[in-house]
Amino acid sequence: MAAAGRIAGFVRWVAVPAAILLAWEAVSRLGWVTPLILPSPSAVALRWWSYLLPMKPYDPSAGSWLAWAISGELPHDVLASLTRIAVGFGLGAGLALPLGLLMGARPVIYELFNPLLQVLRPIPPIAYIPLAILWFGLGNPPAYFLISLGAFFPVLMNTIAGVRAVDAIYLRAARNLGAGEWTLFWRIMVPAAMPYVLTGIRVGIGVAFIVVIVAEMIAVNSGLGYRILEAREYFWSDKVIAGMITIGLCGLAIDIGMSRLNRWLLRWHRGVEG
Amino acid sequence: MGKIFRAGGREVTALQDIDLDVAKGEFVCLLGPSGCGKSTLLNAVAGFDPPTSGELNALGKPVLAPGPERAMVFQEYALFPWMTVERNVAFGLEVRGEPPARIRKIVDRLLAKLGLSDFRDRFPKDLSGGMRQRVAIARVLAIDPPLLLMDEPFGALDALTRRSLQDELLRIWAEDRKTVLFVTHGIEESIYLADRVVVMTYRPGTVKRIVPVTLPRPRDTASQEFNALKRELTALVMEEQARHQADEEKAVSTQT
Repeated sequence: MAAAGRIAGFVRWVAVPAAILLAWEAVSRLGWVTPLILPSPSAVALRWWSYLLPMKPYDPSAGSWLAWAISGELPHDVLASLTRIAVGFGLGAGLALPLGLLMGARPVIYELFNPLLQVLRPIPPIAYIPLAILWFGLGNPPAYFLISLGAFFPVLMNTIAGVRAVDAIYLRAARNLGAGEWTLFWRIMVPAAMPYVLTGIRVGIGVAFIVVIVAEMIAVNSGLGYRILEAREYFWSDKVIAGMITIGLCGLAIDIGMSRLNRWLLRWHRGVEG
Repeated sequence: MGKIFRAGGREVTALQDIDLDVAKGEFVCLLGPSGCGKSTLLNAVAGFDPPTSGELNALGKPVLAPGPERAMVFQEYALFPWMTVERNVAFGLEVRGEPPARIRKIVDRLLAKLGLSDFRDRFPKDLSGGMRQRVAIARVLAIDPPLLLMDEPFGALDALTRRSLQDELLRIWAEDRKTVLFVTHGIEESIYLADRVVVMTYRPGTVKRIVPVTLPRPRDTASQEFNALKRELTALVMEEQARHQADEEKAVSTQT
């Protein structure tokens, strides 16, 4: 029974994607659309595989096997994009976190910075592209700038909200037990705000992921965003789709990692089980 | 001493002409209906909300700010949910800068005393209400305060858990005779625990009467003397409850 149930569950899980893939394959094979507009899923899969594989045969004298195995175009692009996200997000969140904690904890600082933030916040990071290129030229610096901008506001806003939402009873209890301002800040406000901060980080990474693709399309010549735009210029629509799928897989991997980290950091939180 | 709250142009006199002396080692209950200012008085002693008039001294010094020598147990437990039971109990000692070995010793002793040893690595969310309040009590006992303030600490617990925690509290109190100021609206609870029950009036909060309880502990809640006291205190408290109710009805009728 259990095995049958598991099989039924698996069928339910793959039924819709499988049906769509089959229909898509059929449409391409029957020649209803040209492969240039919509290549068949099997063609995309083959292209993805060759995109993943190293371009040269293995040569032991050139370096280790591992270095060879990831010497293909795809691992290279993934690494380039993820590095940009890491640097840009690190910069943006690294500035947003302390500022958010200070603004949340100190009304004076909140009042000083809030008007400026309210004006800047609605500007999408994409709108900064012209300025980014004027200020930083081409290459990695404008990409870092745009990504950090995209990560900055979600982290900042959530951190401020988190610190302001700290239940006053925790502060009272801590003061009552003799805690000074420093302890109050680090041991009460920061952990109490953590659920909000982590939400901000998650949203911030999502935005950074969008912005990295855009930035790579305009400012640099590596990374997944650059690669799919390049493929379009050669009319390699199978490679465009293979690149898009890679972007999707990277996003999924980051999200799964973040939710694991969340669950561990917030294991004390009511909303999290076990 | 007195306390006047000002909000939106309206003044509410929460406490008026409170004149109360609590002796060292005494267990005093503040009893009254909601709105009588008993929690306000406790918060003033804790140093959260200073009085607007008069003088408030605790342990021979005027109260200016919250301090660990006047430790508070809250009705809502107020445990830090991101810390384990052990870390919660250790918090006050860590803040004070005690050496780790000493902290460990004190925490171990208190966890054992309150039956929490098996729960030391749990987070508060995994504990029952009674367990949480035990942790909260251990947390304040850890810093060994001469004055213990308790704000309806057992109000949210079921009757059986409440009784066992009351017994536990009395046992701990008998050991080192801390001064306890205990706020409650439970008439039976106040007679069961206190050396003196301070009945407070509804708005403005004043001391209506101070009733000494001289019955030997452990007290038998079914005894004749206990019930005589209960009758006396019920009459006093219900007078104030009636005023509280009349006030609420008046507020409703002026609104409509």
